[in-house]
Amino acid sequence: MTRVNLDHLTKTYAGQREPALNDLSLEVASGELTALLGPSGCGKTTAMKIIAGLLTPTSGDVRFDGRSVMHEKAEKRGVIMVFQNHLLFPYMSVADNVGFGLKMRKTDPAEINRQVVEMLELVQLPGFGERRPSALSGGQQQRVALARALIVRPDVLLLDEPLSNLDAHLRLEMRDLIRRLQRETGITTIFVTHDQEEAVVLADKVGLMLDGELKQYDKPEAFYQRPADMATARFFGGMNFIAGTSSGGIFDSPLGKMRVPEGALAGNGFLTFRPENIRIGDYAGDENRMETIVSDLIYLGTHTRMTLRVGETEITALVNPEAANGLTAGDHLVASVPTTALWVLAR
Amino acid sequence: MFNFTTATTNRLSGSFRFLTGAVLITWLVLPLVPLAIWSFAKGWFFPDLLPKSWSMRAWDYSFSQTSGVLDSLGLSIGISLAATILSIIVGVPAGRALGMYRFRGKEIVELFILAPTIVPGIAVALGIHSVFIGLGLSNSVSGVILVHLIPTLPYMILVMASVFANYDPAFEDQARSLGASALKTFWHVTLPAILPGIIVGGLFAFLVSWSQYILTLLIGGGRVVTLPLLLFNFAAAGRNDITGAIGMIYILPGILILLATARHLSGRNGAVGGFGKI
Repeated sequence: MTRVNLDHLTKTYAGQREPALNDLSLEVASGELTALLGPSGCGKTTAMKIIAGLLTPTSGDVRFDGRSVMHEKAEKRGVIMVFQNHLLFPYMSVADNVGFGLKMRKTDPAEINRQVVEMLELVQLPGFGERRPSALSGGQQQRVALARALIVRPDVLLLDEPLSNLDAHLRLEMRDLIRRLQRETGITTIFVTHDQEEAVVLADKVGLMLDGELKQYDKPEAFYQRPADMATARFFGGMNFIAGTSSGGIFDSPLGKMRVPEGALAGNGFLTFRPENIRIGDYAGDENRMETIVSDLIYLGTHTRMTLRVGETEITALVNPEAANGLTAGDHLVASVPTTALWVLAR
Repeated sequence: MFNFTTATTNRLSGSFRFLTGAVLITWLVLPLVPLAIWSFAKGWFFPDLLPKSWSMRAWDYSFSQTSGVLDSLGLSIGISLAATILSIIVGVPAGRALGMYRFRGKEIVELFILAPTIVPGIAVALGIHSVFIGLGLSNSVSGVILVHLIPTLPYMILVMASVFANYDPAFEDQARSLGASALKTFWHVTLPAILPGIIVGGLFAFLVSWSQYILTLLIGGGRVVTLPLLLFNFAAAGRNDITGAIGMIYILPGILILLATARHLSGRNGAVGGFGKI
């Protein structure tokens, strides 16, 4: 169990003016699973390589349990990085791949064999040891890569986009496997992804990175309810943004005077709320009621997405199909948003 | 209809195979036949199709101490092996730099590396000769080994550059992360990936060094008598029988190497290594 601290990590690649990673600081609690979320090129892989010791930062420090590891070589740090495209050594069998880390640690061959068999069972690939990596499917290769990392029981595990090369159904399977193995082993894990759903489902805490900077580092639900700024809210997507002015707990907007939670920003800004927090018709509450006109309805199977008009302003709502039953474009409809679902962001 | 097409293809590939075989025999094997006959002939004069009488004299002489063939053979093998090993030591890192990185002036560096295969060796050798005299390297075996690197290095570097163009250094990062030291990473990960390339490049280097004449003559000053130099001595003296015997010995390593490593040169291993697609 290891606590990981990143202190003001900055990396500027030779010949580039803008840093790939700018002043990244965060703490990953011992045994936690943290996701670094962001679009490609946001610096998340750079951060991983620095933690793994495969890249030297321009400035900043990496500490495990408070002790700086910057002077320790990659192979001595007790941290293992699993790369996006699994990188199984093609000239070795699956068993030799999985046992590689133990072999490098000069473990007794019989003991290596025993642990390899055990590990392959854990990732649900029993009896695959003699095969060549090229004879495996993408999902199996990724599981071998995971087994190869876990077998040495690292203090810290780094996963670089572990699911991005897999098909949709394999992705769910692999996601559950990673979650289960991480809970069972309790290895402090940081993984990188561009998929917000993956981050939210898997991680105890999510760090959103945009343009080399950490925008917000919080529990997954906070990104939906209390995004730090417009860029963060936009990245998670689907948000309604209504311009207006906030003062004394009331946000004055084209939707009317909306009551916002305590501590919400005062002054000019954007009122934000998620489409799934809007209630309509008989389900509408007493808070923040609006008279709307339905302008569009799309049935999505599990939900119905509606576009509602309040005067000239349009908002998006995601409701239970039952609530939208019988409604058509042009209908008048009462809608409401609870105060707890509202938030104000600076322009 | 389908059968007809298959039959036609078979017939075409059959005649193509025959043609290939004929061309190979005409160009590669036929020129060697007179050489072989000469080595067993006891005089062979026009217009006889075959010598009137046979003898093992040329072979006996070739393997005797006085002919110097065995000394030259040993010297040739030593020089070519040394030139090959040096080519590998220089060629692998150079090929890695050229194959994997982009840098300013890369085209010029590539041109300089290719130059010895285009510029006539003798033109280069004359200039190098005067430099080597100054360095005390002329008339010595080490000087000959060094000068052989001029024609061998381009092959080695070009082969390795193509290997490394197909190479993903992330595998090395992965090995380091799993606990392998730099040395173990090279041994377990890098070397297996580039070994086919080293074999092919080393083969080229060995054979190119093996066939050097002008460079050896000039830099060795006639004192470093490799097999081709000895061969020319006997050829110039008109001893066709001994020339034939030495000629047969001379081509032997090339054939042996080719047979031993043919599978690395075949089209299926054309990429000569790297990690490729797995």
